[in-house]
Amino acid sequence: MKAIKKLWMLTLLVMASASGASLHLDKAPVDLKDRVSLQRGAKFFVANCLACHSASFMRYNRLMDIGMSEGEIKALLPEGSKVGSTMDAIMDAETAKAAYGVAPPDLSVIARARGVDWLYTYLRGFYVDANRPTGVNNLIFPDAAMPNVLGGLQGDQALHVEKHGGREVKSLKLVNPGSMSAAEFDATVANLVNYLDFMAEPAKLVRYKLGYIVLGFLFVLLILTYLLKKEFWKDIH
Amino acid sequence: MKLLNNLIAWIDDRFPLICTWKEHLSEYYAPKNFNFWYFFGSLALLVLVIQIVSGIFLTMSYKPDALLAFASVEYIMRDVQWGWLIRYIHSTGASMFFVVVYLHIFRGMMYGSYRKPRELLWIIGVVIYLALMAEAFMGYLLPWGQMSFWGAQVIVNLFSTIPFIGPELSVLIRGDYVVSDVTLNRFFALHVAAVPLVLVGIVFVHIVALHKVGSNNPDGIEIKKNKGPDGHPLDGIPFHPYYTVKDMVGVVGFLIVFCAVLFFAPDMGGYFIEANNFIPANPLQTPEHIAPVWYFTPYYSLLRAVPPLFGSQFPGVVAMGVGAVAILFLPWLDRGKVKSIRYRGPIYKVALALFVISFIVLGWLGTQPVTPTYTLLAQVFSVVYFAFFILMPWYTKIDKCKPEPERVTFH
Repeated sequence: MKAIKKLWMLTLLVMASASGASLHLDKAPVDLKDRVSLQRGAKFFVANCLACHSASFMRYNRLMDIGMSEGEIKALLPEGSKVGSTMDAIMDAETAKAAYGVAPPDLSVIARARGVDWLYTYLRGFYVDANRPTGVNNLIFPDAAMPNVLGGLQGDQALHVEKHGGREVKSLKLVNPGSMSAAEFDATVANLVNYLDFMAEPAKLVRYKLGYIVLGFLFVLLILTYLLKKEFWKDIH
Repeated sequence: MKLLNNLIAWIDDRFPLICTWKEHLSEYYAPKNFNFWYFFGSLALLVLVIQIVSGIFLTMSYKPDALLAFASVEYIMRDVQWGWLIRYIHSTGASMFFVVVYLHIFRGMMYGSYRKPRELLWIIGVVIYLALMAEAFMGYLLPWGQMSFWGAQVIVNLFSTIPFIGPELSVLIRGDYVVSDVTLNRFFALHVAAVPLVLVGIVFVHIVALHKVGSNNPDGIEIKKNKGPDGHPLDGIPFHPYYTVKDMVGVVGFLIVFCAVLFFAPDMGGYFIEANNFIPANPLQTPEHIAPVWYFTPYYSLLRAVPPLFGSQFPGVVAMGVGAVAILFLPWLDRGKVKSIRYRGPIYKVALALFVISFIVLGWLGTQPVTPTYTLLAQVFSVVYFAFFILMPWYTKIDKCKPEPERVTFH
């Protein structure tokens, strides 16, 4: 099944890249079975993203799906929220829009809208740009209104443009280190994106398991119905 | 047992139960040489039932309001017990409906199932196809995502290109000057109540028409021509139990494909559930790339292939419309001496292959953004697509056919 999915994704990638300029996206190392990663990502998300972004379709108690106990969930709740509440933003949308020019989008299903690779590349793709009001720009989201929230952890990056035979190749280089090493930061963002992937579709954890059981049942049923057909059709010549 | 027999007798005195059972199932004779292509009619009926049942459960939690719709779908996905399963059944079912229907139509084109005396059966089928397209189009607006909104905006705007009545017709369809909450409400009413009733009605009529003339078969010969001493066709077998039990195998095989998609790839790489549709509809932000769902893309290509004439997109709209109903005319375009592709000459086989290729290529092109190369390619394949129909009276007549057998080939 995974092989078929990979082949399908490859075919689609070929077709997608045939359609014109597509930026290189780093592969996000997501693994929805890694509960430690998901829990770390959840805590990081609540602590760093809910200040401006909402995830209003996600309830805190859904974190039990990734193995957090009610006590652990209560520990990360913002002021005034209950375990059964949805993850609303701390800043209200109007203030945010006034501050940044555009309301920060709700992140509940962002992993399904943008894809995990895009998110992983985006969150690590900020660089210093004096022309922007936030002082930063983003490699795969030009003129993004979002400030570099994780800048303190990653450090500052600068944009390098190289010319390779007529084409421009853009890359980012670290100029000021942050409190995390590159490997640590990449792992932190990977956990965050892993969590975003889970949050976009909590049912994904369940549907694969159920799918194997259903398909197993149907294959047995196929054999039985086929044998039944052959038995009835014995008298047809 | 005696109680059951008494009950059946009581009903049969007051309702044509036994004679209906006999006429349409246990003594309805169908050709014995049905192959794989003959599963898709019963599968289409199955998918219709699946869509109606899953649709009813969705309606219990969905809110047809521009401010609430997107959130209600996510509520179904997360908080409703098994809501995610019901949602995926319905979205997978929508795409599978078109897979099954396209294969069902293709069977008809291969074996000449539209030929006399089955022209009316074929016309009824095309009406079902049109109703199905309307149903799918309106259903896609309901999640109220970016693609839902903008896809609807583009397609309804096409109606405004119709001379004289266009703009007013578009307002009538939308209920407003742009796609809005009003449009969502009326598409909901049509998608949930009106068109399903129409579909069920026309499917019933489709089966009634089929039973009057009897099924065609892969050899394209009329089994009613050779009847036995009991008055039944020699090459016919009672639908029940033979095809009820065989169709069960088809159903299980179909469910394996259906469930594989549902549980492992319900998005189908963005072709069944488009990524852009996870962004709530924003009338102020046009997406970079608007395309309809995959099953409409061949006709979208036809639309985009035709350049504007005197500043109007109407010629493209006409091409798209004619392209969608072109199959309607097959009973009268086809001048071949035989029905089934098995006994046709090489010309028809090549023509049908080119038609299938052009349908698939046009379909792929419809998912892509417009570039000069792609537009040229779409124009070439549009010509091939229409040539299949326009030239058919000529090439089916000159095609060298093989003699049809007297009796069906069955091993």
